Amino acid sequence: MQASPPSLTAHDLACRRGERLLFRRLSFRLEAGAACHVTGANGAGKTTLIRAVAGLCTPYAGLVERVGALALLDERPGLDPDLPLGRALAFWFGLDGAAASTAIMPRLRLDALAEVPVRYLSTGQKKRAALARVVGQAAPIWLLDEPLSGLDVASQGLVSELVHEHCQGGGIALIASHQPLDVPGMTSFAIEDFAPTEQDA
Amino acid sequence: MITALLRRDLAQFFPFTGSGAALPVVFFVAVAMLFPFAVGPDANLMAKTGGGVVWIAALLAAILPLEKLVARDIELGFFDQLKLRGVTEEAMMAVRLIAHWLSFGPPLVLATFPAAALLKIEGETFQILLLGLLAGTPGLAAIGLMIAALTASLRAGAALSGLLLIPLALPILIFGAGALARQDQVSLGFVAAISLALVALAPFAAGAAIRAAREN
Repeated sequence: MQASPPSLTAHDLACRRGERLLFRRLSFRLEAGAACHVTGANGAGKTTLIRAVAGLCTPYAGLVERVGALALLDERPGLDPDLPLGRALAFWFGLDGAAASTAIMPRLRLDALAEVPVRYLSTGQKKRAALARVVGQAAPIWLLDEPLSGLDVASQGLVSELVHEHCQGGGIALIASHQPLDVPGMTSFAIEDFAPTEQDA
Repeated sequence: MITALLRRDLAQFFPFTGSGAALPVVFFVAVAMLFPFAVGPDANLMAKTGGGVVWIAALLAAILPLEKLVARDIELGFFDQLKLRGVTEEAMMAVRLIAHWLSFGPPLVLATFPAAALLKIEGETFQILLLGLLAGTPGLAAIGLMIAALTASLRAGAALSGLLLIPLALPILIFGAGALARQDQVSLGFVAAISLALVALAPFAAGAAIRAAREN
């Protein structure tokens, strides 16, 4: 395990998409055990925020500080479509050295799908597989972009459960979703609160 | 981590295990087979021009795998996931280059045996052809990787990459096919040098290209 507890901090973050400024002066600090829910309409900048925090796109202004490894869940599962699910996941489990990976498969109802090629899976099944990848990574900071989309009600409850357990174990979760999540002690903010106003122009 | 990555990339691209990856090699032999039908079965003429045909066939075969080489893994979010695990884009592209060459260079060199038999290429000419392809295919793979990474985010990327590869591959073709005409090994040295420079450059250029593709 890592010596220092994980943390995730954003200072005065501003991001653009094309020519449009999506949000500005966005700051937050998440300590070990914190979960934070980012709400906002489609196109408000939730995904851009997640990608900026992940270091996958350069923010227009401000900076992100993080202590601890990141796990990212977004709309792309990152699993080879031609491989059977079990082998596609085994690649990531192997890279991440995940020993506890076998426990997560039945929990996400994936054990019966291990032989099915990823391209035959439904949207929800792919999402559950990507969740298994995130859990198996055992990274202290989770970035979840729309984790509930495409999932049935039972699986949605499971996501909340997993996030809760992750944070109980000292992890951090930043979740962008327009759907409500039921995680005890989760803070939330709306990304629209940081949208540029007339005065900024 | 790098070996696991290489194993995965090889499984993706190697002929007969990946998805339709044997096609470039089959295509290569098919072009060589077509030539005698087009110019007639004149052994002298074929022996004289056949080497050049093999080189052109190799160049065209190098275009075929480009479409899936980089764009697919960007769409899958594969490179993003690796990035989060601390793998640099340069390392990803260096591994991809090795896998790409292994899946297309050696099979092409092997396919040169039947192709040369069809075109009546024998003796020293055949040797120079084999050595030339061995020296030139890493360069073709490097050019292909750079182009695939640059065009990955473009809508008409696949069509464009074929068009871009041809002029960039011209130096390799000139020295590689030129060695056949003059029967000299010095030109082969030039082919190897060009390949080496391209192989050294490609991971950086391709890495920068997929970083840039991520930003938009």
